[in-house]
Amino acid sequence: MITGISIVSVWVLDQDSAKEFYTKKLGFTCTNDVRMEGGMRWLTVRPPGSENQELVLMDPMHSMLDEETAQQVRALVAKGALSPGVMSTTDCKGDHRVLAAEGVEFTMEPAERPYGTEAIMRDDSGNWFSFTQRKAEERPGG
Amino acid sequence: MKHADVSSLRMLRQARDRIDRDYAEDIGVPALAAGAGYSREHFIRAFQAAYGETPGRYRTRRRVERAGELLRSANLTVTEICHLVGFTSLGTFSARFTELTGMSPTAYRQEAARRGGPAPIPGCFALMWRTGLPRPPKSAKLITS
Repeated sequence: MITGISIVSVWVLDQDSAKEFYTKKLGFTCTNDVRMEGGMRWLTVRPPGSENQELVLMDPMHSMLDEETAQQVRALVAKGALSPGVMSTTDCKGDHRVLAAEGVEFTMEPAERPYGTEAIMRDDSGNWFSFTQRKAEERPGG
Repeated sequence: MKHADVSSLRMLRQARDRIDRDYAEDIGVPALAAGAGYSREHFIRAFQAAYGETPGRYRTRRRVERAGELLRSANLTVTEICHLVGFTSLGTFSARFTELTGMSPTAYRQEAARRGGPAPIPGCFALMWRTGLPRPPKSAKLITS
């Protein structure tokens, strides 16, 4: 059986800045920061409340993509078109307050939804995440 | 495909995020343009090239999308919703709403009540698909069913 998704790829514009953002602003742990052949840098981070889920912060310019495609991906990230998924939180409003004070961009403040409390944040590259505290009895989906 | 440079796209995205966040406020296009470091005309052209519509049109769609959410879920009159989402004239609101959704605000509310219940699609994605990123007005009392 499939048990989950252990690594999610997130395209970022600058890996140094992304590492700073995810570890210093969001409190993630850096789990790998390794230079590979061909200039690729394998940079992974893990949310503080998770044991087995990581994000790999990928630089499209040093990836499997050709340069033309990589430029297109960078443009999509910068214009805010891409969303890697939903971040789960145990306290949407409290975390929003702390993170917004730290300068994290939110494009929607916490609001009550049928499935829980949800805000929408952007990372330092322009990726948007739903930032959601689920109602205990609800199934995932938001 | 011609690539606009990444820093310009980032400025445009921040201007669009500001429309999403402060959709009900009367922020003029010149102010948005200045914030993004453009002249008014250049800003409108660049925004349209990146997002397929002018910033004014985007804001109108945003306001109509927010109004639709409130019509479905909030116990407020059409006139109250019109003002909450940033329109100053009920006539303009009704015309724009009808143009974009195919029905008047009142008909839209009746149709939503007839269908009942929240949509099965998670709200965050439904909202992003419609235009972007919502924030309910602070004064609105939302009924979450």
